[in-house]
Amino acid sequence: MGNITRQILDLLRENAKLTPEEIAVMLNIDVIEVRDLIKDLEDKKTILSYQTMINWGKVGREKVIALIEVRITPQRDVGFDAIAERIYRFPEVRSMHLMSGTYDLAIFVEGSSMKEIAHFVSTKLATIEGVVSTASYFVLKTYKQNGVILEDNEEDRRLMVSP
Amino acid sequence: MTQINWSDKVNPVVRNLPPSGIRRFFDLVSEMKGVISLGVGEPDFVTPWHIREACIYSLEKGYTMYTSNWGLLELREAVAADVEGTYNIKYNPRDEILITVGVSEAMDLAMRVLLEPGDEVLIPEPSYVSYAPCTTLAGGVPVFIPTGMENGFRISAEQVQSLITPRTKVLLLCYPNNPTGAVMDREELLKIAEVAKQNDLMVVSDEIYDRLTYVGQHTCMASLPGMRDRTVLLNGFSKAYAMTGWRVGYAAGHPDIIGAMTKIHQYTMLCTSITAQMAAMEALKNGQPAMRHMVENYNRRRNLVVQAFRDMGLPCYEPGGAFYAFPQISATGLNCEEFAEELLKQEQVALVPGNAFGPSGEGFVRVSYAASLDDLSEAFRRIGRFVRRYGVRPKIISTPVQMANGQSA
Repeated sequence: MGNITRQILDLLRENAKLTPEEIAVMLNIDVIEVRDLIKDLEDKKTILSYQTMINWGKVGREKVIALIEVRITPQRDVGFDAIAERIYRFPEVRSMHLMSGTYDLAIFVEGSSMKEIAHFVSTKLATIEGVVSTASYFVLKTYKQNGVILEDNEEDRRLMVSP
Repeated sequence: MTQINWSDKVNPVVRNLPPSGIRRFFDLVSEMKGVISLGVGEPDFVTPWHIREACIYSLEKGYTMYTSNWGLLELREAVAADVEGTYNIKYNPRDEILITVGVSEAMDLAMRVLLEPGDEVLIPEPSYVSYAPCTTLAGGVPVFIPTGMENGFRISAEQVQSLITPRTKVLLLCYPNNPTGAVMDREELLKIAEVAKQNDLMVVSDEIYDRLTYVGQHTCMASLPGMRDRTVLLNGFSKAYAMTGWRVGYAAGHPDIIGAMTKIHQYTMLCTSITAQMAAMEALKNGQPAMRHMVENYNRRRNLVVQAFRDMGLPCYEPGGAFYAFPQISATGLNCEEFAEELLKQEQVALVPGNAFGPSGEGFVRVSYAASLDDLSEAFRRIGRFVRRYGVRPKIISTPVQMANGQSA
């Protein structure tokens, strides 16, 4: 990966709203080059999507999030991947990782109520063939997500003018 | 009883010291609301968390006592290793490095140690506001080396040579420069070093912005042939590690000079706060990744700022270091103080009039890009609107700089 590509990815990761024109000025390169590189990164699915981080609590739409630890039986030839796919295809699953340690899959599930998540776990997830056990933990409070602190009280405290 | 004039009690040298040119402007700004400030001479990053956390830990461990007058030996060793690793200059941490309360204290000490009454100090201008007062308070006489946009706000060896008199004792260097962002190139510094040696000048080099160099590589004055002992190198943690309020800096040089500075320091300051020294130690030990991240960010904003002013139709020389741009605003027909004041009143953007840093700063303003991208883009929009009102025609550009909020700069 070239240095310019790395810098473009760094910038977009921090702020997906940056335009190619801005990026071009910041990195002191041609805007056409920036557009081409971004297009290429999108085509190759290096850049997968542009999303917005929202603090739902501020609009009174509290989401319920749970971490589900799942143990599964690996299958011949495909290992964990086939069962994993059956699980991550559910839109309720927001993120999912294969883990080392005492369980196999760490799944973050999002719903509008505890009941909804309980329903998903008991009727969909736990019943998939190969799923040995599940353990659910509900999130009480999110402090930081994707490197962003949700309630950051550290404001700019500098003097307005200083030499 | 006759009325006592208390001001008569004040030493005339102090009484006659001009107040900082920023003061009046500061008072004006603090009365206003909704101001976007590009007038701040410090990083917009807070000190990286690992440094703050290390400081908390040191307090928990009970590090609350005096340190050696020189500063913690471990910190001096870390400074020596850092300077050697960066510029290949060796300083003995035992008697050639003094930890000070920021470069500000180190500057004061250097002047007091070097100057006898009437000695002249050559100071580039525009430059940071404390150089001339420190000189005056130490009994010296500031002699300014004017710089301008035409030569990138750099000084030349010829200029230095032409201003030398039998009383010239010290040449002050301050690159990368606040307020212009100018950097010196190595060839010219080599010539200046020759002039310093021929005329037996001491060089006091304030290199606080050295790590914030974006064009070429910073040349440390003390690293040039024959200059190590002739230079009092001043640097610190404020800018590179976003640690302005901690007040930690250092001076490095010949043991006779640093020893003399330590003598004053031990009687007037005793030592730099141990808490700040512990934090500085952590900065040197583990602070490189965060510093690189900050420098990369400044550099990107630097490109944006220069482009934005040029697009507005205001000439802006490309600053090679620090986090300031120094656009020329004379095309508006306003002088720099009027420009700053009217911009503040009409558009609520604060920046600093160039003449606060010396007469050659007239016609320019200092714009700090140690500000968030959102603030910068909004400020450009307002400044652009402001200068159009004064008849400055924006440059026709094929691809307008679209800012994140969707408005063109």
